[in-house]
Amino acid sequence: MSAVTVFVPKDAAAVSVGADDVAVALSQEAQNRGIDINLIRNGSRGLLWLEPLVEIETPSGRVAFGPVSTSDISGLFDAGFLSGGDHDLGQGLTEDIPYLAKQERLTFARCGVIDPLDLTAYESHGGLVGLKKALELEPSAIVEDVTASGLRGRGGAGFPAGRKWETVRKESGDQKYICCNADEGDSGTFADRMLMEGDPFTLLEGMVIAGRAVGADTGYIYIRSEYPHAIRALNDAVSSFERANLLGKNILGSGQAFIIHIRIGAGAYICGEESSMLESLEGKRGQVRAKPPIPAISGLFGKPTVVNNVLTLATVPYVLANGGKTYSAYGQGKSRGTQPFQLAGDIARGGLVEKAFGVTLRELVEGFGGGTRSGRPVRTAQVGGPLGAYIPETAFDVDMDYESLAGSGAMLGHGGVVVFNESVDMARQARFAMEFCEIESCGKCTPCRIGSVRGKETLDKIIVGEDLEKNLAVLEDLCVLMTDGSLCAMGGLTPMPVTSALKHFPEDFGLARQAAE
Amino acid sequence: MQEPDEKRAVLKVCQDHGSRPENLLEVLHAVQAHDGYLSDDSLREIATCLNLTRAEVHGVASFYHDFRRVPPGKTVVKICLAEACQAVGCDALKEHAAQALSTDMGTTSSDGEVSLEPVYCLGNCALGPAVMINGVLHGRVTPEKLDSLVSRASS
Ligand SMILES: Cc1cc2nc3c(=O)[nH]c(=O)nc-3n(C[C@H](O)[C@H](O)[C@H](O)COP(=O)(O)O)c2cc1C
Ligand code: SF4
Ligand code: FES
Repeated sequence: MSAVTVFVPKDAAAVSVGADDVAVALSQEAQNRGIDINLIRNGSRGLLWLEPLVEIETPSGRVAFGPVSTSDISGLFDAGFLSGGDHDLGQGLTEDIPYLAKQERLTFARCGVIDPLDLTAYESHGGLVGLKKALELEPSAIVEDVTASGLRGRGGAGFPAGRKWETVRKESGDQKYICCNADEGDSGTFADRMLMEGDPFTLLEGMVIAGRAVGADTGYIYIRSEYPHAIRALNDAVSSFERANLLGKNILGSGQAFIIHIRIGAGAYICGEESSMLESLEGKRGQVRAKPPIPAISGLFGKPTVVNNVLTLATVPYVLANGGKTYSAYGQGKSRGTQPFQLAGDIARGGLVEKAFGVTLRELVEGFGGGTRSGRPVRTAQVGGPLGAYIPETAFDVDMDYESLAGSGAMLGHGGVVVFNESVDMARQARFAMEFCEIESCGKCTPCRIGSVRGKETLDKIIVGEDLEKNLAVLEDLCVLMTDGSLCAMGGLTPMPVTSALKHFPEDFGLARQAAE
Repeated sequence: MQEPDEKRAVLKVCQDHGSRPENLLEVLHAVQAHDGYLSDDSLREIATCLNLTRAEVHGVASFYHDFRRVPPGKTVVKICLAEACQAVGCDALKEHAAQALSTDMGTTSSDGEVSLEPVYCLGNCALGPAVMINGVLHGRVTPEKLDSLVSRASS
């Protein structure tokens, strides 16, 4: 028998629940039994509740087993799992698991499928097609294709990527930059991390294409220090790309030059805000810059700069390879393409769900997510990170796209969905929003720096029922002030979780239900 | 006073980074990786090497949560206190940790054995509560699991 190929993810989430130990135990057990296996450490498929998810390559496709722990290994061998034998942990063909089968994986097509650092596998799974096309196209034609795709920034603000690129492309000057925002600070989000660990070449390919499109020869990836696995993966991926002449002075002999530097953040949420990130990349305190000028005109070291999120850039190779029109066929309204949603918190089947815009929140939480992990009823979900709204379970039929969410007083942000059960105290969640803003404020403007402290203190009083009416008035006043008077969305959006909690769950603030509605 | 040796080490880190002020964060990371924290002497040395004022270097070192001005405990336990982990009980885990390790959140135990620190999201939000111990990420951490992880890390 030739060696059976076995996949055990090395994604940080999988490793956090024992994937490394499982990989070691598996190799050991195979050796003990005199069986030859070919072990591949892939990225994660994003079915995180099944991690560590072990896959076996069989003639009919890859078969999944999970969640596997070291104590299951000998039983799996006994059951003949290497030839697809039956076992309690068996999940059938991976591609047929409904959670995965019902997704539209464009950006994450290769994530969890291949060895993330195997360039040959990358190419045989469609990698580099986009780049090779781009190297033949005029820069303006690349930008046009990205514009036609309708791709919008996945970092939170949803600004059309093509329009940003066009601004930078038209700027004169011989030094321009591509800065990839890999700060992913939002609680409940991990798609950037999964992609950087599971398919880092896609991100690099996207950056090279962006460089050609706007006339930039240097890129930076600003990645948060909390992601050691992703940092290692990126470093290795950049080295591979350099060796393969996919980065350097003359990429694939095209005359196009591009290099990528990796820079590590230092634990500041605000450094995900683009101008703060640029300050940090310049070695300074991560203080937000006043706009204008926008980074596209005066960004890193004062030069025209494209700042894009990991997912935005990692989607570009798909767009170039398949055409902007193909990508824009997914989605609805002004929200084109797919969004990698991330299901987190108290959820039975947490993980990554890449779907065309328009899937409902209910389908994500109940259909994909299977309700809570605890088994208690769902009460609310916070969508879009720490600055996003709390949406009550009764309003889960909302479509997940930029406009529909905005229409119901919420926002998509980076696509995180954090589920809470009935035991959540919404006044405490509101307090946390203010506290988080206090901890992470860059301190540049008063509404945010002082407002968050006052907001937290006021909520403390509300929580113990002190002068309720008066303090609620103070809180609402503060929220208006922060929304209207803050320099950036940190202070400007912190009121969103606070006011949504208050609006939908007045009883948690000591109010009668109708009174606030 | 700092030993000349350490002074040389800081100087070397700066030179490795081209003694360029825009590499200040990387220099701070590297010096902290070497010494465990950023001493007053190190900051002074860095300022000289990068041609920055001490105020500028201090300003950067104090802005970012990662940089330490005092030595950490032998074992550093970071517990995620952000929303997705709140939804699965990180508050109870935090209280358990503070009691079991006899350390308040954000401090180092008096015997210097362990530092207990908050962190806001480790990107493991579907498998919370998430904890990082000496740089190693763990998921679905119950109080019992925390105890065994900490004792393994510190033994
Ligand atoms: C407080 C704050 C934090 C942010 N954090 C991130 C982040 O972690 N990652 C990110 O890509 N964008 C983040 N953004 C959005 C960026 O400012 C910027 O819009 C984005 O990086 C642009 O890339 P995109 O157009 O591809 O989304 C944040 C914004 C604010 C106000
Ligand atoms: S809103 Fe907050 S984070 Fe943004 S610039 Fe003002 S103080 Fe800084
Ligand atoms: S919220 Fe705890 S790991 Fe993301």
